[in-house]
Parts: sequence; structure tokens; C-alpha cells
Amino acid sequence: MKKIYESAEAALVGVLQDGMLIAAGGFGLCGIPELLLEGIKQAGTKELTFASNNAGVDDFGIGILLQTRQVKKMISSYVGENAEFMRQYLSGELELEFNPQGTLAERMRAGGCGIPGFYTKTGVGTVIADGKESKMFNGQEYILEEGIFADLSIVKAWKADDTGNLIFRKTARNFNPPAAMCGKICIAEVEEIVPRGALDPDMIHLPGIYVHRIVQGDHEKRIEQRTVRERA
Amino acid sequence: MWDRNQMAARAADELQDGWYVNLGIGIPTLVANYVGDKDITLQSENGMLGMGPFPFEGDEDPDLINAGKQTITELSRTAYFDSATSFGMIRGGKIAAAILGAMEVAENGDLANWMIPGKLVKGMGGAMDLVAGVGRVVVVMDHTNKYGDSKVLKACTLPLTGRGVVDRIITNLGVLDVVKGGLHIVECAEGVTENELRAATEATIV
Repeated sequence: MKKIYESAEAALVGVLQDGMLIAAGGFGLCGIPELLLEGIKQAGTKELTFASNNAGVDDFGIGILLQTRQVKKMISSYVGENAEFMRQYLSGELELEFNPQGTLAERMRAGGCGIPGFYTKTGVGTVIADGKESKMFNGQEYILEEGIFADLSIVKAWKADDTGNLIFRKTARNFNPPAAMCGKICIAEVEEIVPRGALDPDMIHLPGIYVHRIVQGDHEKRIEQRTVRERA
Repeated sequence: MWDRNQMAARAADELQDGWYVNLGIGIPTLVANYVGDKDITLQSENGMLGMGPFPFEGDEDPDLINAGKQTITELSRTAYFDSATSFGMIRGGKIAAAILGAMEVAENGDLANWMIPGKLVKGMGGAMDLVAGVGRVVVVMDHTNKYGDSKVLKACTLPLTGRGVVDRIITNLGVLDVVKGGLHIVECAEGVTENELRAATEATIV
């Protein structure tokens, strides 16, 4: 089966539906599927729920879909960098479900592994535990969190081979593997597609079984906080 | 009274040779400057062990950032991993200590550092996972807020980040441990008397 598509727009044909749940990789603006987000903007799909650690900034990342009012709900751990997000949230136009960062990552991983729920200590005694089942293990309290089963996953990797095996680069890996795992269909955008055999099988970060469509493109890779030190 | 750098230096004394440690944003970030010869590996919860200093100008890499989204560098010991693995090591108790900032700490070890109701809410990020999972939680913060009110309380007024999670509090006035029945004074900052420390503390001191 051919997995390579000519563009992000082409890779999204036939998979988008109003009201769907999309899991997106990335941390801040690092390792985000920027081309696929632009493709979803062009497609005009509406009422979307995103499971994504962050919501981008006003003009980059998921932020571009907030501008066009295509997002109904965010499931995130931190949304502090986006003024339009705050405006829509405070006016009641946008729903927000805060998840602790590790709980969000594990919910994605669990969904991808066929695990509908798991118990965690994270959030016990806080508002995160409200309405959740709790259980004692070895004298300690844990709360039940549910796996995320997304309709679509969109991720960014560094390199792919034509079978969809992925390699990520440095901290741009972040949420991409768990996000990729939890979707019924996963589309990966990469900086370079290489022929099978060109990647060392021992160095694959995410096996191609999780990846259904691949697109190669040029990435802006914007830096959110440029910090440097003086040369001695 | 200690300044930010002296508080960071005092917090660095908490770290033991060989530890894997997570440092929060703000004063906790400065702790990295004071670890001296100790072999400390810094974790960044977005997926890295062995976090290095900021890059030289021109060497910034958009694929290499810390949990504060700042550009950083790698070291010879560095390892990268995904977010689920990162919080697996946090939740699993593999990280020896986290040094974090706080808005309020209570005498029972409750910590509030993620939201103020009615104000802009940004999210808890990884703070709830860290305080629930790491071996030891050390809070570094100013002892009082800008109105002079104690941030070391009998009970937190803000929504909690974690319940009964704090082990030690380091402020500009001194060091306190969370023990049975309240807080125990470990030491006073330079030029601060025990009476001054008690007067600035709402929490029960035992």
C-alpha cells in the first residue's frame, strides 16, 4: 500500500469530518504538524476537538484554526501563549479540558495500546480528581483516567521511510509518538522521506504500523523563546 | 535575608551526587548554576535527560528546547524520549527531586502553584505529575506576597497542585520542613532571626 502523498492537502482528503477528535503532536511550537494544520485550515473542517499539549500561538500551530473558529474544544495541559485562545475561552466560544501533561501523554499512549483506563496518583486531591473514580492501591489513593481514542492523528517527524517508519529529532519528539499511536488514522509530515533500508532498523522511534499516510514538506520550525548565552 | 541567587544556591545544597532532578521555571532554573562538582542530571519533561546551558548566539536549534520553551543545548550524556516515557519516569519515581516555585504552601504539605480563580488560567503543565511522582519536592519561593502576606499557610486558599506533596520549603527568610503537626524550622537566612521567621509565617511551627 502506498503511503506517500504529494501534499498535506492531498494527505487529508477523505479523512476529515466535522466534529472529529484529532490528536496532535508537538510541545509549544516544537515538533508540531504545521503543514497538516494549515491543510485542515484550507479544508475548513469545523467543530473540531484537539487533544494537544498546547494550542499554539495566535498565528502559528493550532492558533491558526482558532482564528478561523474551526475548533470547538481543546484537551491540553498548558495554553498560556495564545491571546485569541483566552478571548474565545473566556467568552464561552471554546471548551477547554485541562489535563496534567503526563496524564495527557499517558491517555494517548493508553488509547494507542488498547487500554481504556488507567489509575494514576497525578491530580489526587485537586480539581482534576473531581467526578473521577478513585481507588486505593497499597494504602495510596489513585484516580481513574481514560485512554484517548482519536479519529485522526497528525504528527511531525524528522525522517520517514516509504513504509512509514519514523525517526524524530531531539526534543521535537515529545508528544508525537503517543499522539500517532492513539488515532484510527495517522498522518505524519516529515522533513525527508528516504527509501526503505535507508534507516537503521535499530534506530526507528515509531514503527510504520502506526503511520498510514506520509507527506514531505518544508517546515518553518518557529522558535518560541530564543535564549542564548555570551561567548566566553 | 537571601536574594534569588542565594535561595537558588541554598536549594542546590539539597541535591545529592548522582541524582536525576527536574527544575521548575523561575528561581528553580537558577539552581543549575550552583550544583558545583556534583554529578547532577537535569530532566526537561518535554523529553530530555542531560539538559545543557543556553546555546551561543547562532547555534539555536528549534528542535531543542526545554519545558519553558527556551532554546537549550545537549550534553555528552543527553538522552531524548517521548512525553509518555518522560512522565513515566516522573510518575514512576525515578526522578529523585523536583525544585519548584509556588504561590502558596500549607503546613500539611499542600502546594498551590497553577491557578488563581478569576484570573487568566494557563494550565498546570507538568506540575501535578511532578509533585505526585518525584522522590522529593522542594519549594523555592518568597516567604510573603507583594502585600506582605505569608505564603506559608495553615491551609492553601488557591486550587491545589498536589495534596501533602511538599517536603521542604526554601524562602528568602529560611528553610522549613513539613513534619507531623506543622512546619519545623531547619535554618534561618543570613540576618533573619527565628522570631522574624515565625512572625512572617502563618503556618503552625512545631
